[in-house]
Parts: sequence; C-alpha cells; structure tokens
Amino acid sequence: MFSYVFSRMRVLILSLLFASFIIFLMIEIIPGDPASFMLGINAEPETIQALKKELGLDVSKFQRYLDWITGMLAGDFGVSYTYRVPVSELVLSRLGVSIPLALYAILLSTIIALPVGLFAAANHGGFRDWSVMGFTQLGIAIPNFWFAMVLVLIFSIYLKWFSAGGVPGWEKGILLNLKALTLPAFALALPQASILARVMRSAIIDTLSQDYFRTARASGLTYGQAIFRHAFRNALIPVLTIIGLQFSFLIAGAIIIENVFFLPGLGRLIFQGIVQRDLIVVESVVMLLVFAVVLVNFLVDMAYLVVDPRLRGNK
Amino acid sequence: MKIPLAFIIGCILSFLFFVMTIVSLFWIPHEVEKLNILERLKGPSYQYFLGTDHFGRDIFSMLMVGGQTSITVALIAVSVGMIFGIPLGLLAAASRQSIWDDLIMRSNDLIFAFPSLVIAILITAVFGPSAINAIIAIGIFNVPVFARVTRGAALSIWTLDFILSARIAGKGSLRISVEHILPNILSLLIVQGSIQFSLGILAEAGLSYVGLGVQPPTPSWGRMLADSQTMISFAPNLALFPGITIILAVLGLNLLGDGARDLLDPRLQDKIR
Repeated sequence: MFSYVFSRMRVLILSLLFASFIIFLMIEIIPGDPASFMLGINAEPETIQALKKELGLDVSKFQRYLDWITGMLAGDFGVSYTYRVPVSELVLSRLGVSIPLALYAILLSTIIALPVGLFAAANHGGFRDWSVMGFTQLGIAIPNFWFAMVLVLIFSIYLKWFSAGGVPGWEKGILLNLKALTLPAFALALPQASILARVMRSAIIDTLSQDYFRTARASGLTYGQAIFRHAFRNALIPVLTIIGLQFSFLIAGAIIIENVFFLPGLGRLIFQGIVQRDLIVVESVVMLLVFAVVLVNFLVDMAYLVVDPRLRGNK
Repeated sequence: MKIPLAFIIGCILSFLFFVMTIVSLFWIPHEVEKLNILERLKGPSYQYFLGTDHFGRDIFSMLMVGGQTSITVALIAVSVGMIFGIPLGLLAAASRQSIWDDLIMRSNDLIFAFPSLVIAILITAVFGPSAINAIIAIGIFNVPVFARVTRGAALSIWTLDFILSARIAGKGSLRISVEHILPNILSLLIVQGSIQFSLGILAEAGLSYVGLGVQPPTPSWGRMLADSQTMISFAPNLALFPGITIILAVLGLNLLGDGARDLLDPRLQDKIR
C-alpha cells in the first residue's frame, strides 16, 4: 500500500515539475519584456531597468524559474503587471467562484449519471436502455457553451427564474450564490453526465457476466439486490477513473462557461491576462489549473484504495 | 449481420455534413462576406432559408462555409495526432517493458494533464489567436490519445503466432510494426480517428467561441454563436441554428464511429447483446 501511494506521489511531483518547465518555457519565448511593455515606448532606459529590478526580471532565466517555483510553493505568485497587486490575491478572490462551480458541476453530473447508468444497465437491451443511450449520445454532441446559451434563453429570458450571469458574492448568502451558479453548473455537467452514464452502464453490464454476480443471484438475491450490492461497487473503479479524467475537460469547459455567464472566476482572469499581456497572471493561473488536474487524478488514485481492497495489500 | 439503426443515422448525418461543406466550395445561396444591412435579422423565409444575421448575411450560407473551417481544423488536428501518436504507440508496443515504453507512456500522461483549452490559451498567449494555433492545440491533445490506442491494440497483436513466424523469417521490429501490426490495427485507428474528429469539431467551436480560433471575416460555427449571444433575446434563431448544426455533425460522426467499431469487432457485439 505504501509503495502504491509513494509511486503515485512521484507521478504527481514529476508531472508538476514537467508542467512548470513547459509553461515557463512557453512564456519565455514571447518577444519583448513586460517592463518596457508596461512603461510604453517613451520610457527612459533607467526607468525600465528599475522596474525590471522591481519585478525580479534582471536575473538569469534559470534563477527566475527557480524563484517562480519556490515562490509558488510559499504561496507567492508574483505581482500582476497590470493590476499591481499580488497574483495570489487575484487568484484567491477568483477561487471563490471557480471551486464551488467545479464541485457543483461534478456533484450534479455524478448524481445524474450514476442512477441513469444503473437504470440503463438494469434494462439493458430493452427500449428504456436504448432511449437512455440515445439521450447520452445527444448530450455528448451538444457543445456546453451552446447549451448554456439555451439555458439562459429559457430560464433567464423567457421564464425569468435565474439571472443570466454574474454572482452576488458570498457575503450575500450561500443560497443566492448557489442559485446563480446553477445554470453554469448544469451546462458544465451535461456532457460529463452523458459520458459518465455510458461508462457506468457498460461497467455494470461487464459485471453482470461475472461469476460472482451469478453466485450472488444463485444464493437467492433478487436481480436488483445483486446489482446494488455486488455490481455497483465493482463498477465504481472505471467510473472513478473517468471522473478523474473528466476533471481536465471540466476545467477547460469552466473557462468557456465562465465567459458565457460573466462569472469572475479563474477562466475570466486568464482571458483578461491574455488581452492585457499580463503574462505572470496567465503563467500562474495555467500552472494552478494543471496542479488542480494532477491533484484530482492523485486523489482518484487514492480513492481506488478505498473502493478496491486488493490494492491495500502488500503489493 | 444486422446493421444497427444508430450506425445508419450516423452515416446519413456525416454524409450530409460532408456534402454540404463540399458544395459550399462551389456554390452557396448568398455571398457571406458581403454585408446587406437592409436585410438584417430576417426570420427564415423562402429567400433566406434560415434567416439572416445582424449584418444581413444569410445564415445557411454561413453555416455551409463554416463547415469548411470545422473540417479543416479538425482534420489537420487529427492528422497531427495520428502522425505523431501512431509511431510512438508502435514504438512503445515494439519495445514493451523497456525504458522507451515507459518514457512514451509517462509523457503521454503528462500531456493529458494539460486540458486542451489550456494548451490553446498558452499558445495564443504566445503567438496570438489564429486557426493554425487552434490546430496545434487540438493536435497536441490528440497525440497521446492515438499513442495509447495504438499501443494497446498493437500489444495484443504482438502476442499472435504470425508475428512469431515473421520474427523467425528474420524481420526486425520496425518491419514487423509497419508490415504486420499496422495493417491489423488500422481499422481501429480509423474508428478512433472519426471519434477524435468529432471532438475536434467541438473543440474548434469552443476555441472560436472564446475568440482563440479562426479570426473574422472567415465564418466559423463557434464565432457565429459568440456573435449571436448578445442578440439571443430578440433573435434566438441566430444562436439556435449554428448550435443544431454542430450537434448534428458531431452526433453523426460519433454514431458512425461507434457503429463502425461494433461492426468491426464481433466479440464486442456478443458482449453487449
């Protein structure tokens, strides 16, 4: 068990190092330096030099890479070129939108997908299975930002149940914010839930042909009981894997969906960073997103330990 | 063998999508780069099949031309994924359990940790938005997908007897990979290609929607949706038609790919039925 945890940890750390290296390299090839960009073309060379020193740009590239990494480990992401405030402050204020949105979407997609997949598998081959699978095919094909626009059209413009964008801020109460995040979370969850339901269905169907399932049936359990007690738990492993893999798509989707609903999250921050050439913000937020993806995959690997007792042995 | 209905629907939708795009190369109902403000925001009519947008351009014509963008970007991105991914996967399978195999598969996992849109954002931040950068971003994301599928399929072929006889005949790993492994897994790779192709269309639409893809005035489905967003309350057809077009194209390709996979792999079919 320890060697399993250890090897996963090693993957986690190597991934982060590799990612930080690539991101730093990409940002480094951009022509021109931020200091002269910030001060305009008429700036004196001395002023540029002074600003470079202030931003920590006057040292070697390798030193800057090290500073960047060690800074991030200590929670210091540098100072935004345009806002002139620490990037960590900017990021922290945006996380209050992005994290609840991601969790809300994952929760929704799991709550929808698992019963639907189970339902389809229990009826597999039949009309109900066939229609559920049809709907999931449609769910995969729908672009989530378009689905978001349709949700706005129906629920904000025609029915006026939800606002079309923005969040009131957490100091106004949790329920109001959750309400504001409902449409974005649904838009994000739709394709995820469709994929997850399909995986759940095929994982359950796989277990149906296993010997232990037949034994469970033979020992007197009803079809429903056997599925719930034996098939469900075994099907959780591929389902967990997919939830982990999907997180990367969820992050990408959230960047777009935040733009549809004008949510002040990390996705919007990246786009503002690109438009304003605020590269330190882009660099740090991208690193943070990759960190989130890698961390979630690590957590999924750890969750296998809970679901699958075989991994807890001395292997 | 009974051909499933879903596969037939997939064939029809994909066929329509390609025909519509190919026809647009030679003929479209109305010019898409000429603005005609007098005719703007018209509903569907005999003259304008799906209505017109805020510049008076015919929506149906724009959708036809937009298909060119989708196909070009997705096709090149899938090719990039295949050109790099398949040799890597073959190499990993041929040298299985070696340092090469490990290296290739681990770097695949690492690329997977970057969401495709994040790659696109990085590239755009450096080189500015364009169709080529969208292709690169989607293509990079496709490489590990093809490497993984190729390796998995190739590994199962390597254990077969006819590979052993090829070895005895004195063929090296490279020749076996190209002459025996590749032809046997090609159908699987083409099926995967059709699925990645549909994902590429979705990704292109997403990138264009946030302004990281094709730049105006080239029509693209994602950009049409972005333009329509501010007008959705009084001209919902501007948003509905491009969305439905994307859905039908992606749905068609997915059904085609899934159906082809089931038809090509009879074992899988037994398992499902």
